[in-house]
Amino acid sequence: MVELVLVPLAETSSRANHTGLWRTLKPVIDYSSCIRCEICWKFCPDNAINLEDGRKTPAPNQKVIAFSIPVIDYDYCKGCGICANECPEKCIEMNFEEE
Amino acid sequence: MPTSIPEQELMEPGHTACQGCGATLAMRYVLKALGKKTVVSVPASCWAVIPGAMPNRTLDIPMVYTPFAATGASISGLREALDIRGDSDYNVVGFAGDGGTADIGLQSLSGAMERGHNVFYIMYDNEGYMNTGVQRSGSTPYGAETTTTPVGLDRNFKKQQKKVVADIMMAQGVPYVATATIAYPEDLIRKVQNAKKTNGPKFIQILAPCPTGWYYPPEKTIEVSRMAVQSRMFPLYEYSMGTFRLTRPSKPVSVKEYVQSQKRFSHMDEDEISILQEEVDRRWEGLLEKETH
Repeated sequence: MVELVLVPLAETSSRANHTGLWRTLKPVIDYSSCIRCEICWKFCPDNAINLEDGRKTPAPNQKVIAFSIPVIDYDYCKGCGICANECPEKCIEMNFEEE
Repeated sequence: MPTSIPEQELMEPGHTACQGCGATLAMRYVLKALGKKTVVSVPASCWAVIPGAMPNRTLDIPMVYTPFAATGASISGLREALDIRGDSDYNVVGFAGDGGTADIGLQSLSGAMERGHNVFYIMYDNEGYMNTGVQRSGSTPYGAETTTTPVGLDRNFKKQQKKVVADIMMAQGVPYVATATIAYPEDLIRKVQNAKKTNGPKFIQILAPCPTGWYYPPEKTIEVSRMAVQSRMFPLYEYSMGTFRLTRPSKPVSVKEYVQSQKRFSHMDEDEISILQEEVDRRWEGLLEKETH
């Protein structure tokens, strides 16, 4: 059966838009006090925080070293600051973007 | 460590939502709960522009645009067509804003629910027509300033109380009705998964705070959403096959504190806040009564 497409179709992923250009405040995670609770990942409206292997990253204690770490993708982070506001350890700092 | 919500992402980064948007989080959680076999139908709303201009898409699942008043009709049609093709395992989701649900789309929503199709209708409630520039909707609460209810010298803020569509759906006898908010993603995802077990129409109202239209700094989105539940402005409940369960907030705050967190209420004086508090208390009493019956 031939499938006729009678409506406009959008096929390009929005990954082509680097919305990180909108940012005025840049979140920076201090891994040495990050407890890997993943709350920042959970509340990111831009999917700009990915969970990655963090065995070689400094950690506050040995218990959390095997857990994955949140890594911010600055190509897409719009700098809303939800992660810094919700972080229970307050280890995400919002810095002004420099030139 | 297993994550508290599913790890699968069906929404891609690079969408054009505002900084700190609550509606994108609502979509992200709903898709996490439902998985890849899902079709979403979206009317004119913020979500019609969030995927970006024409060749762009931001969801990894099929998304259909539909006229403003036709979300209910479109999900009914999608469901029946998928059933005829033998794709009964697909979830059909209508994802509409509060303007497209409480005002413009109410008749087609009510019709779809009455016909009893096996569909989800998710209303993300940002309490106004935020996409077109913050106009008042039926779901805007008492006291809010919008561009069509400007305060000014005549104090023309919204004088009517919020119309709660979830309560209307409960009165209509929809088998599964729930309210949720983005500050409690585990609860939201559990409710969507519970709804999936019900065979028939399902309605979920999700409060999605909007920094642009509520005039608060974007980093406060989760905080405001949490406060809406704690102040009982937006009670969380689940109504499934006749059983009603109300969530009691662990740390109650007053309506005054909630109102002070947003600039859209900044003009309100003590008397006006007490009118809002009375309405919130009255509604809470009504919900408590529903639980005992």
